[in-house]
Amino acid sequence: MATNDTNTKKSIRQKHILDLDELNQSDIELIFENTDSMMEVLNRGIRKVPALRGKTIITLFYESSTRTRVSFEQAGKILSADVINVSSDGSSTKKGESLYNTALTLQAMKADAIVIRHQHSGAPYFLAQQMESTSIINAGDGMHAHPTQSLLDLYTIKKHLGTISSKKVVIIGDLLYSRVARSNLWGLTTMGANIVLCGPNTLLPQDFQDNRLHETNHPFRNIQIEEDIGTALEDADVVMALRLQSERQKAGHLPSLREYSRRFGITSERLKIAKPTAIIMHPGPMNEGVEIESDVAHGPQSVIESQVTTGVAIRMAILYDLITGNHSEKEL
Amino acid sequence: MPLADLGGGFFFGKSSFIYNPSATSTNMSVKKIQTDVQMKRALTRISHEILERNSGAKDLVLVGMHSRGVPLAFRIRNLISSYEGQTVDVGSLDIGLYRDDISEKPQATMKPTDISVDINGRIVVLVDDVLYTGRSIRAAMDAINDLGRPSQIQLAVLIDRGHRELPIRADFVGKNVPTSQEEDVAVKLAEIDGLDEVIISSPIT
Repeated sequence: MATNDTNTKKSIRQKHILDLDELNQSDIELIFENTDSMMEVLNRGIRKVPALRGKTIITLFYESSTRTRVSFEQAGKILSADVINVSSDGSSTKKGESLYNTALTLQAMKADAIVIRHQHSGAPYFLAQQMESTSIINAGDGMHAHPTQSLLDLYTIKKHLGTISSKKVVIIGDLLYSRVARSNLWGLTTMGANIVLCGPNTLLPQDFQDNRLHETNHPFRNIQIEEDIGTALEDADVVMALRLQSERQKAGHLPSLREYSRRFGITSERLKIAKPTAIIMHPGPMNEGVEIESDVAHGPQSVIESQVTTGVAIRMAILYDLITGNHSEKEL
Repeated sequence: MPLADLGGGFFFGKSSFIYNPSATSTNMSVKKIQTDVQMKRALTRISHEILERNSGAKDLVLVGMHSRGVPLAFRIRNLISSYEGQTVDVGSLDIGLYRDDISEKPQATMKPTDISVDINGRIVVLVDDVLYTGRSIRAAMDAINDLGRPSQIQLAVLIDRGHRELPIRADFVGKNVPTSQEEDVAVKLAEIDGLDEVIISSPIT
């Protein structure tokens, strides 16, 4: 390798991954480029590379999760990092330890990265403020953000459609409580997609309900809202269904799950309205028969299962970048 | 000497020293140490040496190291194919995940490794542009071992500039260039840089 290789390093500008509003287009493309390399590692017979040997990653989950925690753990282990899993049940949180004190303890253990999921929006930001050298990765905070899931959605779109820019992406369902959707709005906007939101009025965020969206400097001013799923799906390139939690119905946002399914469920019949090349996505776990019909979820246009594999590669790329990159310290 | 005032293309001292305004720093003198024709001859010789050493092209897999080792591997592949009348497998390797200085130095952006053939029992010839400390080659050998167990790993480089930090040597060398550690050797290839040449830049004292 030449000593003055012109292909000099880029790492994303952030030390933490808290939400996608902090990443610009070139940051996201850099993560995608590294994800391509990680996909190659995942396709090998022996899936182990020494990149993060001797580094420690702690996953700190205050909320239950299978795929996100497992995929972070697998990502760390394939890169040879030591991964320690802490869940709120088995930790001192049970004894009443505050997040602040837990953070100090983990900082003193010199973890290189902490992956946190917390039921309260903003918890990862609080943690990031306490940290001197540890990178914080938000694996879902309350109803606020889930940046790594969103990056994997963006990567999946790019791989299947070649580009994200000016593709019509329809996001259907519970937009009020979905942190995946929120992060996707930032990410898709940054990458130049045409976003259409479709869901019951009661499950739209406040800004979208009272038309504040169309104020000239609103970051989401180009997002379209469509109440009728038929109109929303016209010429769609990407159909993204969101999980409808049954608690929403109990909380009075919906008359019944059946009615929701009838008005907003993705059926093979409705899918015909979208482009024939359209892909179907879902962040999982799915309620088949509610927001998405089983035939669609497992049909030829569905990329839901490949999303899971891609999730490991995306998280490898993020861990690699945060732990090995040179990041300018940023005031939070 | 206020070189920056002298303008582009000014010759001084030996005629091979050319002040190059596009060099990374104005305090560097830049010298061409290999022309396109010389590079072609060197690659021709390396191709023949690879065939001679391995008694033909059977079992060979040429693996170029990103970035500039990759086009070099393809060129050697084309030369060997034209002499032997048989195709030779070629792949590309990124060592980003295997470096030993991963958190000390800025990393280059990774490119995907693409070796689609089974390398078990084959002769892998690593191809790189410049051999310097040997650390990249150490990393490349680790990367290759993770992909399989070749019967042999050999190394072909266009330029060997010395200053090894590990017990590694090249099997096939285009040109040996004695350098000081303050100097920079840059290989430029038509596929990436638009022209073929090797230049060395030295700080002006």
